Amino acid sequence: MSTRSSTVWKQAVRNGLIGGAVVVLLSLVGMVVAFSQRYIVSGLFTMGHVLLLAPLLLMGYSAARRAGTSSIGILLLSGALAGLVGGVVVAALVFIGQVVNLRAVLVSASPELYRTLAFGVPLPLGACIAPLAGLVAGAAGGVVSLVPSRYRNVILEPILIVLLLGLLRDLFVNMLLNWGWVGFLFRWLFAATGMSVIGAIVVLVVGGGLTFWREWRRQQAKRPPRPPQQQMVIRVVSIIILIVVLIFLPRILGTFFSEILDNVGLFVLMGLGLNIVVGLAGLLDMGYVAFYAIGAYVMGVLTSPELGFLGLSYWAAVPIALVGAALAGILLGLPVLKMRGDYLAIVTLGFGEIVRLVVGSDWLRPYLGGSQGIQLIAQPRIGPIVLNTQQELYYLILIGCLLAAFIAWRLKDSRIGRAWMAVREDEDVAQAMGINTVTTKLMAFAMGALFAGLSGTIFAAKLQSTYPHSFNVLVSINVLSLVIIGGMGSMPGVVVGALALMGLPDLLREFAEFRYLVYGALLVTMMLVRPEGLWPEARRRLELREE
Amino acid sequence: MYVLETRKLTKRFGGLEALKEVDLQVKEGAIHSIIGPNGAGKTTLFNCVTGFYQPEEGDILLKGRLLNGLSPDRVARRGVARTYQNIRLFKNMTTVENILVGMHCHLKSGLLNGIIRDPGTMREEREAVAEALRLLRFMGLEGMGDMLAKNLPYGSQRRLEIARALASKPFLLLLDEPTAGMNPSETQDMVNLIRRLRDELGITILLIEHQMRVVMSISETITVLDYGAKICEGPPAAVQCDARVIEAYLGKGSVRDALAAASLQAAALSQAEPAAGPAS
Repeated sequence: MSTRSSTVWKQAVRNGLIGGAVVVLLSLVGMVVAFSQRYIVSGLFTMGHVLLLAPLLLMGYSAARRAGTSSIGILLLSGALAGLVGGVVVAALVFIGQVVNLRAVLVSASPELYRTLAFGVPLPLGACIAPLAGLVAGAAGGVVSLVPSRYRNVILEPILIVLLLGLLRDLFVNMLLNWGWVGFLFRWLFAATGMSVIGAIVVLVVGGGLTFWREWRRQQAKRPPRPPQQQMVIRVVSIIILIVVLIFLPRILGTFFSEILDNVGLFVLMGLGLNIVVGLAGLLDMGYVAFYAIGAYVMGVLTSPELGFLGLSYWAAVPIALVGAALAGILLGLPVLKMRGDYLAIVTLGFGEIVRLVVGSDWLRPYLGGSQGIQLIAQPRIGPIVLNTQQELYYLILIGCLLAAFIAWRLKDSRIGRAWMAVREDEDVAQAMGINTVTTKLMAFAMGALFAGLSGTIFAAKLQSTYPHSFNVLVSINVLSLVIIGGMGSMPGVVVGALALMGLPDLLREFAEFRYLVYGALLVTMMLVRPEGLWPEARRRLELREE
Repeated sequence: MYVLETRKLTKRFGGLEALKEVDLQVKEGAIHSIIGPNGAGKTTLFNCVTGFYQPEEGDILLKGRLLNGLSPDRVARRGVARTYQNIRLFKNMTTVENILVGMHCHLKSGLLNGIIRDPGTMREEREAVAEALRLLRFMGLEGMGDMLAKNLPYGSQRRLEIARALASKPFLLLLDEPTAGMNPSETQDMVNLIRRLRDELGITILLIEHQMRVVMSISETITVLDYGAKICEGPPAAVQCDARVIEAYLGKGSVRDALAAASLQAAALSQAEPAAGPAS
């Protein structure tokens, strides 16, 4: 027994060290200070505090879990110990910072950071706060591990909702302002920054109550499934509600947030296309931005009077841009037909770079505008109306996304969709089944390129200009990340991924600087914890339906 | 005319000659087995027939027409289907979807049809799904249609692979070790199934097998390969006793030992019955 308990303590200490190291990393990267600007609950705590304490709480939870079936006291103590050790590591950083000038090397090791790590209390007393706070956080983690798993949600979900509401306070307040008297009813939930204390308490209680009720209902004896008639009605009503929300979204959100929504929409459109290439056909394309660029540049070349060319209208230029993008997709596909996996990724990456360099080159300046790009690109007109505000363009993007989603949905359950999936699963066997892998792969590339090209044309029309440095490899990486994190092959997943990876950084300005750090961490975490993505694809049920 | 014929088929990998001038004739409607020690070139032969490898020398003829140089998808469209030694199903697709892929070359809808779903395409899909379910039932996989292939038990996975091969309506079916990993009762089920495939569906079967009981009981003709060359061919009774075959499986000394043991046995028998007159 003594060896067992000594492992428990060793594990707790180890957890604590890891947690402390994570907090130190977050501090020295600058995230803690940056996020300290944003209050979750006004006057009480900021996102910076969350970043400080959450790792210690998680490590406390993990230590308690590993203590296994020990007594409650030991569980709590192990969690507390982990938190304490983590807090001590943080305090050590503060102490070292007083003696050694870390700032010469680590820019973020500023006095402000030390103040934050000491929770505002002046040193030397302030340095003891971190270990104490860690102790409490770790013990709290231990408490969470004690709660039976079904009711764990009752604690976690309301907290997550408060966190979300606090972080996105600006968005919600803006929405409420647009809602007139309805908004007025909920104004008290928020304060000048973050949620109000009362608001937070109410949300916690109400949210906790609702979640508890939901979990309790689930524990009841299984209810018989609803009759298909009723299921159908529910689905139709949900879809109608969704459509209504989508139609009124720009009005609900206001101008600033519609801009963010447009950006998310463009990436959803691209994500739907890459979903076909990577998710369905398994072709790891890392140069996807090439087709985005081609769509934008064809639109620019055909409609801008600057280069002295055709001066077509937006709508006339779109089909030509789409054909151009699809042809580019086939041109890319031809040389890479025999390549798999890593080699395919590198070659497509190269293709993306080629396109970026070509469109920005001096050699093609008379035709493509060189590094200054193309200006005065036409905007779409419908009769007398020119679509040039965020809200109006939103509808264009929405239609594009719906069209793409429809096509992707139809193709997934078709003969060609199955051929794509077969090529993804085992290319040699797919060929042995009679699938012409050449045409199948080319069609996947062309289809993906088509959606990216469409997104590119809208992008160009929205900015009324196009610059070569907009089309760098980071765009490809962004689209690939959002497809993977959302769930490969899943369309709702693409939307979730785009909202998380493209929407959140714009909504949380502090986040933008650390965007790629978070992407990387998120990708690694997702692959470890939930490789199927945030919203995995659902499989169609073919056998049951027939019977 | 033979369903499948190879003439002096030779396949080399660098310096290694995996197949040495192999002549093979498979009659229509036959169950023809290919046996031989590990590394004899049996799967290589299958790979050459299905177009996965291109032979260095020799010809492969399917119903009299040359098969050399065709890509695997075109060979499949000519009516040849195969299963694999280590099961190669489409793991993340459902059972029904696996079978539907097998039907690929018989369905006609293309990219545009998939998007607009015209009545003809819808009808084709409906019939394809119905056919897939029929195949499910034929292979005893009922109820597993919506399971992902990777979640099926081993025996069902083997049967799904055969169902997928049958979906392309082949007239020649290449089965690569279909009873691997099966216990005696499962093996017997597989043997019965193979007979049914030939008797009910009229498919010619070319079989690679290691279990001698299966091979001897089911085959009409057996071809034996060793180090890439054909060393024997004929009905089971002949192949069983062929000295070269025994040598290939059991080693050189074994033939001498077997003959010695046989003569000892014969001597013992004749001594035990002195009263018997001259052999009648």
